[in-house]
Amino acid sequence: MNPDPRIIAFCCCNCAYAAADLAGAMRASYASEIAIVAIPCTGAVEPTVVLAAFEEGADGVIVAGCLDGECHYKSGNLRARERVNVLRSMLETIGLEPERLEMYQVSAAMGTRFAEIASEFAGRIRGMDPSPVRKPRGEGGEPG
Amino acid sequence: MIVAEPKSFGELVEMVGDHRRLLVASCSGCTAVGGVGGVRQARELACALRIHFRIRGVELATEVAGVTRQCDPEFVAELDGAVDRNEAVLSLGCGVGVQFLADRFNRVPVFPGLNTRFAGGLTAAGIWEEKCRLCGDCILHLTGGICPLTRCAKGILNGPCGGSQDGLCEVGDGMPCAWQLIYERLSSLGRVGLLEQIRRPRNWADSGGGPRRLGNGGAGE
Repeated sequence: MNPDPRIIAFCCCNCAYAAADLAGAMRASYASEIAIVAIPCTGAVEPTVVLAAFEEGADGVIVAGCLDGECHYKSGNLRARERVNVLRSMLETIGLEPERLEMYQVSAAMGTRFAEIASEFAGRIRGMDPSPVRKPRGEGGEPG
Repeated sequence: MIVAEPKSFGELVEMVGDHRRLLVASCSGCTAVGGVGGVRQARELACALRIHFRIRGVELATEVAGVTRQCDPEFVAELDGAVDRNEAVLSLGCGVGVQFLADRFNRVPVFPGLNTRFAGGLTAAGIWEEKCRLCGDCILHLTGGICPLTRCAKGILNGPCGGSQDGLCEVGDGMPCAWQLIYERLSSLGRVGLLEQIRRPRNWADSGGGPRRLGNGGAGE
């Protein structure tokens, strides 16, 4: 169990980031442990960025992009989905549970859905042990 | 180009062993084009190794450095400083690159990060196919530009054999019969008469028996 998980959500600014914004405007509550990082397109999320999040101690990582057929760069979300699949296998190989990484697809109008998936993912991560990569307190692994 | 594939992560971890400062050396030549040995892959691998070792309670320090080609001493020399700062080198070059690094940096162990497979090219997105066996005695002018030594499962010089069915090789896996391809190509070129000549067993003397060498040292340039 992990009562205080650290979750990074890489959100495409054309859809998921706007959906998170809408969730806030709608006063929909979701897990506060999620730190959102706006990105131009999920296709721009290189594997090293996701791995770096885990290396820095993230307990879970979300990659949230547009619905199929709605990527502003045509196929960035599809590439991201393939990359996430490859990364999940890689996580398992190196010793982390693949469930710590998930890709979601939402539109900018899906504020409520964003709140749902954020809470659902946070619940999953809370149910797991803290990341074994997480540095002990005082070594730069915990937020100030 | 040289086609290679990544070694299993477990193998790499075993190679790294007790070394705590590792240089991951990328190559911008063939293996980078093949998507297994470039700077990007080196960074991913270095990060994956650091995470894995930290889970095991060990801090592994990595450095990523790349060169244009690991098969050229002039470029390999650019790694001098990086090698000095590390205890071991994990090369993402082909087997040639690994040996060039090992020759120059005999103070530290140099590990191969890839399995070097063959000389080939891209036939579909992300699919690399062997096209040349590097035999040293090319007969492509006689076979319509299709190498039977490489692309025929039996490597025969006078084909097709009895296992050619509907243009496919009996070995299966949807592999086309190279000799059927050769027949069709020579037919379209109007040179099918070449198939009437019986090819004698080829001379394998130049295909092995120690490392092959080529060149005149730049004389005449």
